[in-house]
Amino acid sequence: MNSFTKGLRAFVTARETGILLALVIVIAAATIKNPTFLFSSDGFRDLLLTPSILLLLAVGQAIVIITRNVDLSVGSVLGLTAYLTGRLFIDVPGIPIIVVFLVGIVFGGLLGLINGALVAFAKVPALVITLGTLYAYRGINVVWTGSDRINSSDMPKAFLALGTQSILFIPVLTIIAVVVLIVAAWYLRNRRAGRELYAIGSDPDAANLYGLKVTQRLLVAFVLSGALAGLAGVLYAARYGTVNSQAGTGFELQAVGAAVIGGVAIFGGSGSVWGAAIGAYLLLTINRALPILGVQDFWQRFVVGILIIGAIVLDRVLALRQAKRLTVARNI
Amino acid sequence: MSNSTEPPALELSRIAKAFGAVIALTNGTLQLRKNSIHALVGENGAGKSTLVKIIAGLYQRDTGEFLLEGESVDFSSTAQSKAAGIAVIYQEPTLFPDLSVTENIFMGRQPTRSLGRIDRKLMREEAIGLFTRLGVRIDPDRPTLGLSIADQQIIEIAKAISLDAKVLVMDEPTAALSGVEVERLFTVARSLRDEGRALLFISHRFDEVFDLCDTVTVMRDGAYIATSPIADTTVEQIVRQMVGRDVSALFPKEEAVIGDDVLVVEGLSQPGVFHDVSFTVKSGEIVALAGLVGAGRSEIARAVFGVDPYSSGTVRINGAKVPRRNPAAAMKLGLALVPEDRRKQGLVLETSVARNTTLAIQRSLARFGFITDRAENAAARIWDSRLEVKTASLDTEAGTLSGGNQQKVVLAKWLATNPSVLIVDEPTRGIDVGTKAEVHRLLSQLAGEGMAIIMISSELPEVLGMADRVLVVHEGSITAEIDRADATAETVMFAATHSAAEVAR
Repeated sequence: MNSFTKGLRAFVTARETGILLALVIVIAAATIKNPTFLFSSDGFRDLLLTPSILLLLAVGQAIVIITRNVDLSVGSVLGLTAYLTGRLFIDVPGIPIIVVFLVGIVFGGLLGLINGALVAFAKVPALVITLGTLYAYRGINVVWTGSDRINSSDMPKAFLALGTQSILFIPVLTIIAVVVLIVAAWYLRNRRAGRELYAIGSDPDAANLYGLKVTQRLLVAFVLSGALAGLAGVLYAARYGTVNSQAGTGFELQAVGAAVIGGVAIFGGSGSVWGAAIGAYLLLTINRALPILGVQDFWQRFVVGILIIGAIVLDRVLALRQAKRLTVARNI
Repeated sequence: MSNSTEPPALELSRIAKAFGAVIALTNGTLQLRKNSIHALVGENGAGKSTLVKIIAGLYQRDTGEFLLEGESVDFSSTAQSKAAGIAVIYQEPTLFPDLSVTENIFMGRQPTRSLGRIDRKLMREEAIGLFTRLGVRIDPDRPTLGLSIADQQIIEIAKAISLDAKVLVMDEPTAALSGVEVERLFTVARSLRDEGRALLFISHRFDEVFDLCDTVTVMRDGAYIATSPIADTTVEQIVRQMVGRDVSALFPKEEAVIGDDVLVVEGLSQPGVFHDVSFTVKSGEIVALAGLVGAGRSEIARAVFGVDPYSSGTVRINGAKVPRRNPAAAMKLGLALVPEDRRKQGLVLETSVARNTTLAIQRSLARFGFITDRAENAAARIWDSRLEVKTASLDTEAGTLSGGNQQKVVLAKWLATNPSVLIVDEPTRGIDVGTKAEVHRLLSQLAGEGMAIIMISSELPEVLGMADRVLVVHEGSITAEIDRADATAETVMFAATHSAAEVAR
């Protein structure tokens, strides 16, 4: 087998390929029904732009889930950073845009560090900790924002343009998200630290016996998830122009959904950020495609639910089949 | 032979370790030399595993000396002992099932190129090189999920070699291996010895110890007993050193009238767990299932009770057939099982003593489907007072009781069902001496009232003191049936470590 056929085979059998195929089918079906879904400058732009912010959250979520944890606070972190972004432009006139980005990322990272520290040191399941910080962070947001809101007139034009502009027909937001995706994928695949995240998720006890730096790696995973949610918060402000105390509510479940649909095993140890990214695109593209395909509003959530359950069932079936195949292979 | 002036590869002297009030190790002493395979033997609970965990850096010693090649060392983590050249292979290999064989070998210390990239090609080549050297064929790219225990151990060994470990500790590596796999492991172990490494081999199988090792150290009750060259010792001598204590009259066995067969088990088999197990228990009789941990004693008991499946064979109580995998039916027929792990399997820790005591008879206490506290307390009081459960009130949470009292509650729960056959699995593990004697007196008394009792125990004195008959289980088969009069520490231990054919000789 030469390297091309080997690569082709790996591509065809990869878990991510199936979800990519589903995405292509959804886009094709919607486009056949209504060609402007893809073949109009707006349609094409929306297709790429809409899921970009969720993509960032899904990448962060995938990194955390791979370690057999979960981060439910990302929606609240996004909300807080989005409001912080607006406040920075109002309270510090003339602040450079790049500084706002950095502050947003660092702030999100700090919130992630709190999650990580509670999980790694207090040894409480991440589900409980981040459910707590989901409410706590949102509570801070509500206290801080009150009935106030950030309007697009509060923010510089150049910043808002980032949310809508395109370079060579590709929205800037999408470019940022894809760059992050590539870096994260590279890190998880090629760095020791990245591989250790998989090891920790695959068997936490074994990771301890191996002498891996489990605590440190978990902190890094949560900080990355928080920082990406922070970046997403800044981009949210740029994209929508208005931020109130409810920005990003419910995004955490979409992020978990995207990761799971994309084949990131909820019990850790397997999956990739590529899958989570495609999952994010599928999740939001379906939402846009269903009305075009004549599916009533009410049924959209139902379809998403079926998709998530279907993805989990599929993963389970695939895992059982693989376990069986591997056991048979061993006896030869 | 190694040069005698050279310091030993690893030396432990007078290591002590306690966990709270429980003393696991009083005098751990061990000396491993290069070019040597050293055996460590001892009964269950002799402190071998604790010693291994101290070597691995998982536990820290309280007192004593730990020298590695003549230098004193203190490990506070497994990473440190690994870095110092010590590799430990646990009975259950610890691999990452989702990751490839190659990644498992090199996790945490993969070869890297520029930008900290992992050099996958080099890593894969090294893995193939290791397997060639070990003379085994394992696909380096497959996930470790689904590999046999034997192959997983080979991967652990490959890991140890790639670390260039000077000291290799194997904790009962052969427990789950077939004959061919054991041979392969031994070939590898011998070649590692010839490379100048020091190996520590823990096993309950004396034939393997004599086949593979050159020196043997015996431990008992957390303390060092003796070290001797294999050539200068015999199985009998080692067994004597392992057991070597007086079986005192701590166990007040009363004479009971032994009646008719109550429990009859015939040809019970479950592939890979136990096979062709047949025995009977008469009323008024205490039968001990002796053997080493992992021999299959608990599994047989669980199958008889119907918790675990079995593929063939029958179980009868007073002539009535007990259906498979149906504990409720077994209970109805008068069978009771007091499990080994009382905290996990015997009690609902968060609920009251009264509720725990009446858990198995709830159905009969219910009036129109409701159970009142009054009915519960009344029923519980009978048994808890008879067993002298020491608790402030019947409302006390079961989890807060001492180990001995918890065990009494579990016993009370099952006695409340008024069983004709009682199976107790390790009835006195982890409870203090006083309560132990109470449990023994109770069992003896119950037998006197005509109950048929099966007692699983890893403690030889308990087995010898309590049982009317001893059934010895070795690797899933009953290798010997010894009457009370003939049962000695030596005969039971010999049967527990040898196959039926060897015992018959």
